Amino acid sequence: MRDTTRSRIVTGALSVLAALALSSIIIAATGHDPIVAYKNIAQGAVGSTKVMANVLVSWIPLLFATTGLLFTFTVGLWNIGIEGQITLGAIFCVGAMRSLENAAVAPGIVITIALLAGITGGMLWALLAGVLKTFGGVNEIFGGLGLNFVATALNLWLIFGPWKRPGVASMSGTLPFDPKFWMPTITPQSRLALVPLLLSVAGIILAFILLKGTYFGLRLKAVGKNPKSAYMLGIPTWQHMLLAFAICGAFAGLAGAAQVTSVYHRLIPSISSGYGYTGLMVAMLINFNAVGAAPVALFFAALNVGSIQLPIMLQLDSSLAGVIQGALVLFVLMGNGIRTMLIKKTRSKLQ
Amino acid sequence: MTGDALLAGLRGILSSSAPILFGVIGETITERAGISNLSMNGTILLSAMGGFAVTLSSGSLAAGFLAGAAIGALIASIVALASISLKQSQVAVGFVLALLCRDLAYFLGNPIMGQTTMRLTLVPIPGLADIPIAGPLFFRHDIMTYLSFALVAAAWFYMEKTRAGLMLKAIGENPKAAYVRGANVQALRYFYTILGGAIAGLAGPLYSLSVKAGWKGTISGLDGIGWIVLSITIFGGWTPLRAALGAYFFGLLQWLGLVLQPLMPNVPSQVLQVAPFPLMILTLLLVNISNAEWVERALARLPESVRRDIFNVLRALNARPPAALGAPFDKDA
Repeated sequence: MRDTTRSRIVTGALSVLAALALSSIIIAATGHDPIVAYKNIAQGAVGSTKVMANVLVSWIPLLFATTGLLFTFTVGLWNIGIEGQITLGAIFCVGAMRSLENAAVAPGIVITIALLAGITGGMLWALLAGVLKTFGGVNEIFGGLGLNFVATALNLWLIFGPWKRPGVASMSGTLPFDPKFWMPTITPQSRLALVPLLLSVAGIILAFILLKGTYFGLRLKAVGKNPKSAYMLGIPTWQHMLLAFAICGAFAGLAGAAQVTSVYHRLIPSISSGYGYTGLMVAMLINFNAVGAAPVALFFAALNVGSIQLPIMLQLDSSLAGVIQGALVLFVLMGNGIRTMLIKKTRSKLQ
Repeated sequence: MTGDALLAGLRGILSSSAPILFGVIGETITERAGISNLSMNGTILLSAMGGFAVTLSSGSLAAGFLAGAAIGALIASIVALASISLKQSQVAVGFVLALLCRDLAYFLGNPIMGQTTMRLTLVPIPGLADIPIAGPLFFRHDIMTYLSFALVAAAWFYMEKTRAGLMLKAIGENPKAAYVRGANVQALRYFYTILGGAIAGLAGPLYSLSVKAGWKGTISGLDGIGWIVLSITIFGGWTPLRAALGAYFFGLLQWLGLVLQPLMPNVPSQVLQVAPFPLMILTLLLVNISNAEWVERALARLPESVRRDIFNVLRALNARPPAALGAPFDKDA
């Protein structure tokens, strides 16, 4: 095999087919017809304008997360703490709104401040993982994971403690904000808001330009490829790592704040909804290349939304979406490995 | 607290930490060979569900545990294939498998959710079980808890006292030198990755058939344990005895959380359940901080007597990973 676009496409297609085959076998093992399951997922994702809007609602935070992760991956870091950074973004956002909801401030300004607070919250939580990594030698994977659990606990404590609903605190979260603080949606029935949609698209375009077209992007890449030689060449290493953490945290915080201001209008226990982990999968699938982020995130969002109805329609667990996503990433990784191996073999034969 | 309650608590720590011990020892063996199997969270969940399902349908506890080990070995062999032969990032493959196998456990386990089956029973050791204090503490457990004690001792003996154990450490520290000495590095790495995965795969059924008996899907309370196992492996400095200490320390913390819960009715139970995580970050910080450059510089400024004390404490806590952990081996490179 040679390193051509054709061999890349063939490998990719075979990987996707293998993932589809594995998913089908798994569905069949539960006694269901895979085709029926896939049809249900498709129906649940594109069957009506309502569900299509829901896919976009789910696309927004996923795209924010993926966009942020492109920066940390470029600098060679595994920001698994992104899940907690989304949560902290939501917490800071709710905190800002609570302190301003009774003040004489226009709702538009309150929402803007709340989004900025969310960005700050995500950024601070990411910098905490970053400082632990750069100055404490704590691997960012374990530091980040620990901080994820701490963020969840903090969130629950707020919901059941200081910020609890009047009367009885419950898993349904804090008291919703007044509708005047809700981000305007595109149609009255849907939860799809225009501002976060535009922000998420602007975010990925900005990331593409920064990573592909600027010296800053090049420096991040140099640190990611080889921190030691980057340092020798005069690129401040830990500063770039912290900067990547801060940018990723900002996007994660924005995702959390967007969930609060346009989807839930309150703090709920699972406010980050696994978007951070799914974002990591998307970033791996596109091989950390900004170009594929938007379409692949859209596909993953469609899988998530499409599988919501599975328990009701087929008595299948909705975690099937995660199984299909995981199988895809796994086989694409393996496919890349096999392709590289075959190319190497061809090369050594030719020499 | 009465003496009896304390004794019962400590006894409980020994048995409730047993699954973590299997996970940590399995992962320690794998990482000592130079491979990190990051899928632990998925391994434990899927083997918990699979082991429970097999016991439920076969009526045999042994079959359930064997199924758990087989699932762990299967997941580990995917890690081995992708990282050793296909030279993909171990972190990437492990992380994907952690998520994939977790969701697979929830998906396949959906129909058996909430069902009940047999569970491990206590097997007091005749004679020894009647010794005061030590009897109830160490000799009134189920078979798997006894096995967890034996596992720690066996892993320590294997790594420190046998030639094969020396070779295990060599392929993780300096695979090139081991290769020159005649070791088949790739084959040994496959072997230890799969062996470590099989041992860790026993942790799952030990939860679902004993410690947290049953399969309750997302509320089984097992999500996250695999990540703790991975951090305890680091805390353990990749040695079985220190890893066991870490596992029991974690068990102690969880028990304290349960004991303290009624004393703090305003704190939601979820908060105490995550109390080990900030401590986990703190211990990782203590274990790693002396590797940081600025610490060395800061220490150099301190007066001699203080410096030596701090240095000794940090060195006692410090742990360095196997030098070739995570790096693919290529004999031609």
